[in-house]
Amino acid sequence: MSAAATTSKARQNPAFGLRRNGQTPDGVVRNAVLVTFIIFLALYPIIDRGLGLQKMGAVPGILIFTILALGLNIVVGFAGLLDLGYAAFFAIGGYTAAFLTSPTSPLAPYFQTNFYVAMILSFFVAALFGVILGAPTLRLRGDYLAIVTLAFGEIVPRVILNLEQWTKGARGMKAIGVPTLPTVQNGQVGLYEIYNQNQTEWYYLIFTVGAISVFAIYRLAHSRIGRAWMAMREDELAAGAMGINLVQTKLLAFAIGASFSGFAGSIWASMLQFIDPFQFDFSISVIVLAMVILGGIGNTWGVIFGGAVLGFYDRILTSDATSWLRGIGAAVDLPVISSVLKEIDLTNFKFGIFGAALVILMLTRPEGLFPNRARALEMKGEAGPEAGDAITTEERTAAGARA
Amino acid sequence: MSAPAVTTPAAPRRAASESPLALELRDVHTYYGHIHALKGVSLNVQHGEIVTLIGANGAGKTTTLRTISGVLHPRQGEVLLQGDRIDKLAPHQIVLRGVCQSPEGRRIFSRMTVRENLEMGAFARRDAGAIAADFDRVLALFPRLKERLAQKGGTLSGGEQQMLAIGRALMSSPRVLLLDEPSMGLAPMLVETIFTTIVEINRQGVTVLLVEQNALMALNVASRGYVLETGRIVLGGPAQELQRNEQVQKSYLGIE
Repeated sequence: MSAAATTSKARQNPAFGLRRNGQTPDGVVRNAVLVTFIIFLALYPIIDRGLGLQKMGAVPGILIFTILALGLNIVVGFAGLLDLGYAAFFAIGGYTAAFLTSPTSPLAPYFQTNFYVAMILSFFVAALFGVILGAPTLRLRGDYLAIVTLAFGEIVPRVILNLEQWTKGARGMKAIGVPTLPTVQNGQVGLYEIYNQNQTEWYYLIFTVGAISVFAIYRLAHSRIGRAWMAMREDELAAGAMGINLVQTKLLAFAIGASFSGFAGSIWASMLQFIDPFQFDFSISVIVLAMVILGGIGNTWGVIFGGAVLGFYDRILTSDATSWLRGIGAAVDLPVISSVLKEIDLTNFKFGIFGAALVILMLTRPEGLFPNRARALEMKGEAGPEAGDAITTEERTAAGARA
Repeated sequence: MSAPAVTTPAAPRRAASESPLALELRDVHTYYGHIHALKGVSLNVQHGEIVTLIGANGAGKTTTLRTISGVLHPRQGEVLLQGDRIDKLAPHQIVLRGVCQSPEGRRIFSRMTVRENLEMGAFARRDAGAIAADFDRVLALFPRLKERLAQKGGTLSGGEQQMLAIGRALMSSPRVLLLDEPSMGLAPMLVETIFTTIVEINRQGVTVLLVEQNALMALNVASRGYVLETGRIVLGGPAQELQRNEQVQKSYLGIE
């Protein structure tokens, strides 16, 4: 539909079409960047080994956070519901996996399952909690909704902390089930659990889950429910007048958005082999939301990019840059600067630098790096110049006719 | 929402002949919290009619439409569609029963294209063939929209947005069309175009309940009318009679 629409538009107004129809230099560059990025992600473990980057310890974590950002993008980007407590679903996903697979779980004497079953169940448990959060907030909008979700994000880790008899509280839960992968060991192909330190296997497991998530989200965005979300985001009252079931549509946004973080949480818990409530504090919600905003709210590829960039900054760049600066400090040997540089620890300034960067971004490019087209219009204010023209011409004609 | 009473969303649409009244409000009281907005409104619309509801700002015109379309629920009284109560249904269920509202202030999806807006209008329907036919019908009614199918809704002029809002409502294939202030903010020329189209829509078999401040135009196209004042119907009757009524002339037609 949009392909036909774009071509007819291009015919009417070439200047307008140039920007839009994807065959422009701009579009080619964008697609090339995208393809390169996907190939880079798919081959990253090999690249890492080849170049001796030694970043495989950090990269799976970045991917998990990117999946979180994709899930949050459904709630915030597609449906327009601001959620500040997204880490709660991450925690719920992680603890679901722990409950179902860990020998320290209170369920251990009665029921244990393997990682994959636990992962799928944590998908549904997180979705259920999405509905539990969504149901009382149905009538809330904007700021009020944000406050309730914020509270939810604070309550969940606190409940986990205090339900000590089940969750082990602050001591956390250990020995969470590990996924099996078809691998060769001792010359035999079989399903073996991922050996804890084998980050490449973790990487590809998460990459696969991420790819499935992207595909699912892409299909969702272009489905009936996706259109209902966008209509609701634009104008709830009008969406209701079109026969969209607002209750159902909102609850589905919360449930589906939460379910992706359920996935992510279970993998996170299994990869770390340990979870406690402190891993899911407010800063997680904020970072994930920042990933969504940085990349461009509502745009799946933008969000993936935002997740990669912020994850890279958070987990790799700050510590690396610290050692670079220290190296420089040692090398230059200047009186004051050297001693400062040698002592510096950028990881302490992580949030400060990040905050400043976010402020600059919001001032210069409020729609994010790769905005969803509709959303960009929203941010820049309604109509372009052509609308003004249309109104004035029409009003003039009308006025002329009256006179 | 509180809609447990009747939960068959895709209730079969009944033949027009079953009940003589397309729409009926019986002693409807609607509140906004503690504010008593509708104080016993009773009115009816017969099949194939254009009925207009006129009144000043704050008289309760929009509240009446919202009560019909299910956005608000009456605390007392009944809303009947072809003799069936709909006052406890959710808005989307009412759309499925063939009542669609073109809301006040147009409220088109400004970031979607004209085509996408019209497609959203058919959201509740699944009959692809009939939707395509209705799409053509709407474009025939509003040729201006045909020229602008790929344009973003927000870039349309006020008149075009109104056409889009009505067209979008028609895409749900309603049997009763609720129009809230279609003339609002439009140049007189365009108001005439819109009203001509409303008559044409009605001629194609759609029952219309028209809420208007522009009483002159509304009474010209309607067969009957009601006058609403502070939540009460104070006058009702054939449109020509209302046009001759001294009180109506003074308050709403600007004739001294």
